[in-house]
Amino acid sequence: MELSSFIIFLAAIFTSNILLTNFLGMCSFLSVSKEIESSLGLGFAVVFVMTMTSALNYLVYHHILVPMNIVYLQYIIFILVIAAFVQLIEIIIERFSPLLYYSLGIFLPLITVNCAILGVSLFLIIRNYSFVQSVAYGAGSGLGWLLAILALAGIRQKVKEKFVPIGLRGAGLSLIITGIMALAFIGFSGVVIIQ
Amino acid sequence: MLFGIINTVLIVSAISGILAFLLVIADLVFANYGECKITINDKKEVKVEGGDSLLSTLNENKIFLASACGGRGSCGFCRCKVTAGAGPILPTEKPFLSPQDIKDDFRLACQVKVKEDIKIEIPEDIFNIKKFKAKVSQIKDLTHDIKELHLQLLEPQEIDFKAGQYVQLQSNKYAKIKKSVSRAYSISSSPDKNKEIELIIRKVPDGICTTWVHEYLQEGEEVNFTGPFGDFYIRDSKADMIFIAGGSGKAPIKSMIEYLSKHKTERRMVYIFGARARKDLYYTEHFQNLEKQFPDFTYLPILSRPTAQCNWNGKCGYAPNYFDEFIKDPKNTEAYLCGSPGMIDAVEKGLKKKGVSSENIYYDKFA
Repeated sequence: MELSSFIIFLAAIFTSNILLTNFLGMCSFLSVSKEIESSLGLGFAVVFVMTMTSALNYLVYHHILVPMNIVYLQYIIFILVIAAFVQLIEIIIERFSPLLYYSLGIFLPLITVNCAILGVSLFLIIRNYSFVQSVAYGAGSGLGWLLAILALAGIRQKVKEKFVPIGLRGAGLSLIITGIMALAFIGFSGVVIIQ
Repeated sequence: MLFGIINTVLIVSAISGILAFLLVIADLVFANYGECKITINDKKEVKVEGGDSLLSTLNENKIFLASACGGRGSCGFCRCKVTAGAGPILPTEKPFLSPQDIKDDFRLACQVKVKEDIKIEIPEDIFNIKKFKAKVSQIKDLTHDIKELHLQLLEPQEIDFKAGQYVQLQSNKYAKIKKSVSRAYSISSSPDKNKEIELIIRKVPDGICTTWVHEYLQEGEEVNFTGPFGDFYIRDSKADMIFIAGGSGKAPIKSMIEYLSKHKTERRMVYIFGARARKDLYYTEHFQNLEKQFPDFTYLPILSRPTAQCNWNGKCGYAPNYFDEFIKDPKNTEAYLCGSPGMIDAVEKGLKKKGVSSENIYYDKFA
């Protein structure tokens, strides 16, 4: 069935949220979700990088890897493309907007190793998306990731003032919260399925 | 088969090569800020290569702003007035600047990048801060983890400093550490000796500079340092003085007391040195000898965690336990503290409770 790009975009945010259904990109999700402000910065950086790299990796895959018959190298090449792209953006942002650099740029190196970014690039190949669908999927997944980290940061900021049993403090409670959030997101799954 | 492997390797190398090339180009185009001009106090102009932080650019031009953390933005010592060309104030600077500072154009030189012509204002005495070349004339073990370093000045040959000030020692490259770092250490010798300085350096586990000093630096080697920096020095008054130090915090206070012993003072003095166990004590005899050279000076080493092996029959506990005994006139007492932030905060609290006014508490916190 040919899905419209808009549906893929929405589905990537809600029903197939890259973080809450695939549990990808957990490390920066757990470590940067202590405050809403910084999680917002990281979230937008992820949205931007995910959208751009899914477009780039789509082009690289279909115009370089497939014609040269080396699709089995996609993992390495995708990582290279992502790393180089993130570096490039960092240099450019630093030059033109120091303020943006300090609200977004400091998160960029963290994103290079965010597995959700690589995951999106790999999924869009497996699912045979077209170029427009890929970009929609990348942007949607980025926004979904932003939504998830923002929700967790909001909850964690509230939890900070409450008593938490010692054994649950830190990552323990965050993982439980994430699990419950993922359960809540299952509620969306009847709407549309893309995987 | 072989052809396939070579082919793959070539393609991967080509793709990585292209990406690397793009990055190099971007670095040249975007990260190249060309030549910039720094105007200092509206008098002096220096032409510099842009792109680096203001702090390190000034350092390259032999103007040395204070910095204890080496440009990581954690000590806030490199504050200076930047009146033009600094760009917006960054979140990394805010914790160190008061609203008044921001109004007065103060910035942290290690966070400001030189990207265009810049105008700064710095106090004139910063020009007295020099870069020194020195020879390590002696390395002495003081305790199991503290060494004393003697540096004989080569170029320039004399240093003029106040007892209590510090220098920034530059580490050389060693083993796996490919970068030279600079760290702040107080001068422990008296300003009367101006051809040689002494530093007391405690080994920090995994510390880049202290590991270098403790395990790699040899007598006879040449080292570089800049200085003197800091406003931790004895105030000229008639008030009683209480010195409190812990660990390698003995350095500036040793300098102060040795200086005072040469220049005669009638002031009432007590020096409380806190250590964990007996093996952490050093210079005990030296200070016991100094006690005799003053009309009213007590040296009081105390141990916070003496063990059975210590065989210690001196005082135990923490410095504030002894304030009642030694602070006779809190309104007329100056306190000089040197040690870890935790120790200083605790001691400062104790002093204030005792009635010592906060203007008379001077300290040198390890950043």
